[in-house]
Amino acid sequence: MSAAALPRIAIAGSPNSGKTTLFNALTGLRMKTGNYAGVTVDRREGEVAVPGGRVKLIDLPGTYSLHALSEDEAVAVRVLKGELGDGAPDAVVVVADVTSLDRSLPMIAEILQLGMPTLLCLTMIDELKARGGDLDVKALERELGVPVVGVVGNKGLGVDDLRARLAGSATWTRAKDLPGASTEERFAWADALLARCLRRRPDPSRLTRSLDAVLLHPIAGPVVFLAFVTIFFQLIFTWAAPAMDFLSGTMDGIADFVLARGPDTLLTHLVADGIIRGVGAVIVFLPQILLLFGVIFLLEACGYMARAAFVVDRLMGWVGLEGRCFIALLSSYACAVPGILATRTIPSPRDRLATVLVAPLTTCSARLPVYALLISAFVPAKKIVGPFTWQGLTLLALYLAGAAGALLFAAIFKRGLLRGKTLPFYLELPPYRFPSIKSVAVQVARRAQIFLKRAGTVILAASIVLWALLNFPRRPAPEGATELEAQAHVLENSYAAMAGKALEPVFEPLGFDWRVNVGLIGSMAAREVMVSTLAQVYAYSGSSDEDVAGLGVLLSSPDPATGRAPLSRPAALALLAWFVFALQCVSTLAVMRRETGGWKWPAIAFGYMLAAGWIAGWLTYRLALALGA
Amino acid sequence: MKVNLDDAPRTPSLLDLAASARAGATAPVARIARVAGRGPSEDRLRELGFTKGTEVRFVRAAPLGDPLCFRLRGTEICLRRAEAARIEIEAP
Repeated sequence: MSAAALPRIAIAGSPNSGKTTLFNALTGLRMKTGNYAGVTVDRREGEVAVPGGRVKLIDLPGTYSLHALSEDEAVAVRVLKGELGDGAPDAVVVVADVTSLDRSLPMIAEILQLGMPTLLCLTMIDELKARGGDLDVKALERELGVPVVGVVGNKGLGVDDLRARLAGSATWTRAKDLPGASTEERFAWADALLARCLRRRPDPSRLTRSLDAVLLHPIAGPVVFLAFVTIFFQLIFTWAAPAMDFLSGTMDGIADFVLARGPDTLLTHLVADGIIRGVGAVIVFLPQILLLFGVIFLLEACGYMARAAFVVDRLMGWVGLEGRCFIALLSSYACAVPGILATRTIPSPRDRLATVLVAPLTTCSARLPVYALLISAFVPAKKIVGPFTWQGLTLLALYLAGAAGALLFAAIFKRGLLRGKTLPFYLELPPYRFPSIKSVAVQVARRAQIFLKRAGTVILAASIVLWALLNFPRRPAPEGATELEAQAHVLENSYAAMAGKALEPVFEPLGFDWRVNVGLIGSMAAREVMVSTLAQVYAYSGSSDEDVAGLGVLLSSPDPATGRAPLSRPAALALLAWFVFALQCVSTLAVMRRETGGWKWPAIAFGYMLAAGWIAGWLTYRLALALGA
Repeated sequence: MKVNLDDAPRTPSLLDLAASARAGATAPVARIARVAGRGPSEDRLRELGFTKGTEVRFVRAAPLGDPLCFRLRGTEICLRRAEAARIEIEAP
């Protein structure tokens, strides 16, 4: 049976209806992502095995009505009408939370009015009973004229029944007796319908009321929120560390193995240094991504994320953003790539774009190796007062500068460049629910897949290119040179060095010389590559983490040949300031291009951050020189 | 003829409901009169359930005072003060 012959069933519904959990339960990891032509909304389709064959499911973005306000919603409507994708779907499954049918029935009516074979899937059936509600499903089926199935998505109950029904989509009926075209008429119809079918309304969720009394309390609420943010950072720094060290050690081990056992050719070095170390430097962050997004998706699934957005919305409003932007920006503290992907939950396209443009300013983990190197080498390890040291203060200052920069530029973008129609702000607080672990695992696995794919393609390409730039053309070293000197000689005459020297006029006001510039070029692939590139450029032989301290000593101590240190302290501080702002990450640019649908916004992001980095570096350099640092 | 707009009676809105409920002056429940305005924003508010005659209950304000959380038609929806001010309620 060819793929073209499979029935195509669209899954529609409002946000928080349990649609995502259901789609994940049915398709698991067997989902394809792609793009619809001309729009930046994700295209999510998956195949499901059903009795008698397979069907294709099309997961539509959640909508509150078919009068689309955002691009997401517009895509859902257009796909349903057959204007987008591969033609109109053969059938539609409308997913609705049975505990809030009075709110969602009008949209259900709108979809029914499209006249396609439809099945209504009611989720949270168990919760309805637990809260004292009683719905006559058969009566509802009779009244609507379409099949109605109840499921408990997060426990997987009823999913097999649904799967069986999916096989018979050709037999689904079309609805009858539908209301008129205005919202008021639809609500009147819904109220009348429920009066006939809903024997008892569910009471408000007691669990939600009790939890919100604490989590949204004027004092306890922010305390819990701050605890949540703190745990977030703990995850990035401490809890993911063992796994990251393990991965880092493994990557180094493999690279060393290849170097030792492979033939002493250029190809071996390409594989070991260029590919394994280059791609390895990025893969090391996978444990962080998994842990962080596990927590985010878990909290989202149980309902807390909406509360977090509710608590922080006013603060975000001061810079022209909204509460949901906070989550995306917080995620960017691990890595801007998944952080930018997290902006998909932001309904307003302007807010979303502003968040995407400033996400790289949050201090991502890749900056830490560079910060660690420069701070340990150039900032005195002296105490100021109590537990506070100059080194700690510098690190904190760098973090704050990044955060302040992100908020400042968000405000600038919202006020200036991104003027336009504002969407009304509204935020639904769903009842607290037990999350479906399977659904969360699937979502995390998908993020990991995207991250690894990026590493495998973009970073791999960038690593190879960078390696070539650092190793070609291969000028032979003078007679009697040691291996290290020969390597340094190759580097000094490489294309990367040529570029570094060409950039000297640009970076000389910041105190950088061509060697630092080569490091900057290298860190365009990924920021953490700066450390290994600097090591190569300054002919430092250590390659593992413990040797980073040695590299720092090399950079900060006077060179016996010249009497000056390779890097002066003002220049090192300027380099730190540069790193706070500059967009040095091809992965981020690639994701920005994908999420914004073109090169315009990544180019703008690159440009403004370059300017900000240069100015920050220059000011720092001048200030440091003036203060005699 | 000069009209002093400050003296003109203003229809109470959800914002007023929230304010008086927080002060403990009244019960936090009211019925919607209408959503003032005609654009897509107003349409969306109606589609969310803010239609004439619907019973709305003020639940709470965010710890920082904004947004405001309301309960209607079995769901909790949060609105910013600006949006809440545009939803008129029937006088008690």
